[in-house]
Order: sequence, then structure tokens, then C-alpha cells
Amino acid sequence: MELPMLHKDEEAILSLRALYERYGYRKYKMSKFEEYDFYARNKSFLQSGSILTFSDLSGRLMALKPDVTLSIVKNAVGSGTEKLYYNENVYRAVGQEFREIMQVGLECIGPLDRYASAEVAWLAEESLRTIGGAYILDLSHVGMCAGLLEETGLPEEERQDLADRISEKNTAGLRERCDRLQVSADLTDRLTSLAELYGPFEEVWPAARALSVNDTTDGALEELSELYEILRLLGGGDHVNLDFSLRGDMSYYSGVIFQGFIEGLPRAVLTGGQYDNLLHRMGREDGAIGFAVSMGLLERLGSGDASYDVDTLVRYDAGTAPSVLAETVRRLAAEGRSLRVIRTEEEPVTARETITLTGGGRA
Amino acid sequence: MTDYVNIALPKGRLGEKAYALFERIGFACPDILEENRRLIFENEANRVRYFWAKPADVAIYVERGAADIGVVGKDILLEQEPDVYELLDLGIGKCRMAVAGPRGADRRTDRTLRVATKFPNIARNYYASQSREIEIIKLNGSIEIAPLVELSDVIVDIVETGKTLKENGLEPLADVVPISARLIANKAGYRFKHRRIESMLEQMRALVAEN
Repeated sequence: MELPMLHKDEEAILSLRALYERYGYRKYKMSKFEEYDFYARNKSFLQSGSILTFSDLSGRLMALKPDVTLSIVKNAVGSGTEKLYYNENVYRAVGQEFREIMQVGLECIGPLDRYASAEVAWLAEESLRTIGGAYILDLSHVGMCAGLLEETGLPEEERQDLADRISEKNTAGLRERCDRLQVSADLTDRLTSLAELYGPFEEVWPAARALSVNDTTDGALEELSELYEILRLLGGGDHVNLDFSLRGDMSYYSGVIFQGFIEGLPRAVLTGGQYDNLLHRMGREDGAIGFAVSMGLLERLGSGDASYDVDTLVRYDAGTAPSVLAETVRRLAAEGRSLRVIRTEEEPVTARETITLTGGGRA
Repeated sequence: MTDYVNIALPKGRLGEKAYALFERIGFACPDILEENRRLIFENEANRVRYFWAKPADVAIYVERGAADIGVVGKDILLEQEPDVYELLDLGIGKCRMAVAGPRGADRRTDRTLRVATKFPNIARNYYASQSREIEIIKLNGSIEIAPLVELSDVIVDIVETGKTLKENGLEPLADVVPISARLIANKAGYRFKHRRIESMLEQMRALVAEN
């Protein structure tokens, strides 16, 4: 069914749900809050530290969900692979204030294999295609950056500082620090190239290959290449780029990272990746991979013809017979047009067409 | 709008120097230097659009995608920490962020140090790295007056030649960080206009290396 009056974000929610259902993902509906203690224990897995709290009727400290993934992982206790999707509001501090952010996303939790990861990457790409317009899905793997930084032999704090510069693609800052920390010239060049490397997967693959230095980076590249191969077989991969500067929080993500962009929107609308560490933290051996689409951003995308409020404006005066008015309204609505009925003395809204009814008939 | 590369330049001397760099790598827009009140300039032939913004606002235009790339001082980047790519040190607008005050003003470690500055984030980070207890006094200009009228003990501000400090009986006490202009890019714009931005960057890098 065509629903032309829907906003881009509303339309996207419906088509994304249809997409995930088609691939056998089950909807997961959750409560709006959890005990605060749960988030306090898992704080390192939250993107923003600020949590909106309140006391429930028995005095327990509760929190409005700042994150969906944590709750899903906690509750997905089934054996085998769980494939779930959600459409939920989360509450996070953005700048100086709390915001309600609507997210649609999916998680695949269980003994992951190459296909399962590739299927999630494919659904990430399909999600972007479904939303519409030109899109780019960027792929990365935490192992590339981590593997190269391992070789520097520097302490954690300095590695994090170098990783920050890589995520800014700040090669000047990166070189300056490498110089100061006496990182070898070869490794400095590799780190710089890693920060700069960007482009279509197949085109920049040889350059990525050339950066590999150890088992960690070899492993990361192998996983990426297998994932891309399956992604291709599933019919995707056309707008997939490699970018190792993607900011993957290294304690959260443990493997592949995705970020999706849609032309016309200033930030990534889709973020995700593999996050086995969180499962290990919750005492599970398995892996998990997923992504979330930030729906609020989609409001900015154009939808339909914004120059009119309605298709047809129906104006009537005191003399108009109610039966004539009702008949006209019924006919127009049946034609599928949007309309607004007002009295002639009221301020008109903008419409493609205006019908004025006076007395017993049409003027 | 989409096939143009939108470039935000800081109004003033730094912006003019930055424009000169763009001009030398073939992205001229002749009417930009005319004396008038227009703020947006386009060149249809090479698909670039420049606009002048308040220097402290350039990073905001770029972060939110109103501009694809922009030129901004490192001081602004450190202060605002915008979510953008920092692609190149343009080597222009060089100066330093420094602590200044009357001689010896920062040596009184037995009490809270009062710091007047336009850059509270930078000042806080700098003193946090020294675990020093400070009180930040955010001012919007004429920072040098603060120690003279006993509003603060020291100031954290940009120092170019040190002349203003000297004339007011102040001196630089410690360097915080060197400053210069940076070429920044919006994270989405960088992706969708990658080839054009990359080729601009390549030429700009060569030009900066020459200078």
C-alpha cells in the first residue's frame, strides 16, 4: 500500500521491519526501563555515561534505557542462534541535555559463523538501500588498527592517543606523536596509510593487504575478505568502502565494524559491528553482531511535495447544505486525495486545488 | 547543491590566506575578493562554493554538513572538539596557546589558581594534566586585563608576537600547545565527494610542503 503522507522516517521504520522479518529476524519488544544497577555494572559498554534515573514505587533506582543492545544480550538466553530486531526509543545525553532517540536495529547472537556475520552486513547494506537515495556502507575491523598498534609496543594510553588521531584522519598529528614516541619509520608510514586509506572495497584492497604486519592484522583482513565475498554472493557490495579509521571503541567491538551514510545527512545513520566482549562479560562464550539505524536523522531527508499542506482545500459557508458538503468530502476522500475542510472566513492552508461550496451547490 | 564542494572559510586575514592556497591549486573564485557584503561565492566552472563564517563557527558548519570542508585554527578544534576529520596542517596562521601573567604568577602553588581565558576546555585539560586545582573565568575578549585588575592570576590565550603582553606588563609563563590552521572535512561529505576532496587534498599537501 502506498502511503504518500508518511514522513521519510516513518516510512523507513515500516520498510526496515518488513526487511528484517523477511530474513527471519524476530521482533523484540522491551520495557522502557531497567534497574540502574544493570547499567552501572556495564558502564564501559555504554556510549554515553549519563543515564536518566528515577525511583520506582518500591524505592529501587531505575533508569530509562540508554541502550537496547545490553538489554537484548542479557535476555537472549536461548541456545543456538538468536536473530532479533527492535524499534525502540533510547535516552542519552547529547551535548548538555537528554534526548529521546529512536533506533531500529538488529542483533544476531550465538555461535557466529562467516555466513551469519555476512548476512548482518548484507542487511545493513539493504537497510541503507531501503531508506533510499545514494548510500555508502563502510567496513572496518578492529584488528587492523589494534594489530599495528601492538607492533609499537607502547602502553595502552599512548596507543589510545594514536588511535584517536587515526580516527580523525589526522596524519600530521599522528606523525608528530610517532616521532615523539620513537615509533619506527616503517610503522609510522603504515599507521599514516591506515588513517588515509579510503575507497571502494575491491579498489583499495591491495593497499590494505600491503599494510598487514602480524597475525592480528592478517586475521582481520581474512575475515573482511570472506565477509565481502559472501556479501557479493548475496547481491550486495556495490557501495561498500573500506575505512580503517572508523571509530570503533576497542573495548566494545571485537571484530568487523560498519558505518552507513546516506547522502544529504551529515553523520552516520547506521552504526554497528561485532561485539563478542559484551557476551563474554555476561558469561557467554558465543559471539554477537548487530547494528542500529538512528531514525531521528532521517527527518532531515526530503519527503514528498512540501509546497502544499493538502491536495484539496474544501471551503464552505453558512449556507452550504451539510449533505452537499459530506457528499463532496466522501467523493474526494475516495479518490485518495488528502483534504482539509474549512469555512470560507477561516485562514486557508496551501493546496493544489481549492473547491468552494456556497449555498446549495458548488460555486 | 550536491555536486559542489562547499568550503567554509574564516572571515578575516586567516581566511584570505587560506583562500590564496585554494586559488593556487586551481579553485579560484575571482569575485570573492571584491569589496562587498556578499557572504557566498560560487565558481560554476570548477564546482566550488565558498562562504565566509565567523572563525569560531567554521567547525560547526562543517560538523553539521553545511560545508564539506573548512579551514579552522587548531585552537578552535581543541576547544570545541567537533566530530570532523582533520586532514591537513596548512602551516598558516601559526601562533601558540600559552599561559601568561605577571612574572612568577603561576608559582604560588599553595592556593587555587584563577585562570582567565576564552578557551575554558583547553585550559581545563592543560591544568588537569598537571593535577593543578584551578578556577576558570571565561571571558570573551581583552583577556590581558584580567590579571591587571586582579580578576585572575594568569591567562591562557593565543600569543603571536608577545607584544600586547609586554605592553601590559605580562609575560608568557608556559607554552600550552602550538597552533596553526587546519583543513577539516565533514565525515559524510568526505565520503560522498571523496575523489574531489582527495585530489584537492593531494594538491594542497604538495603546496604546503613547498612553502
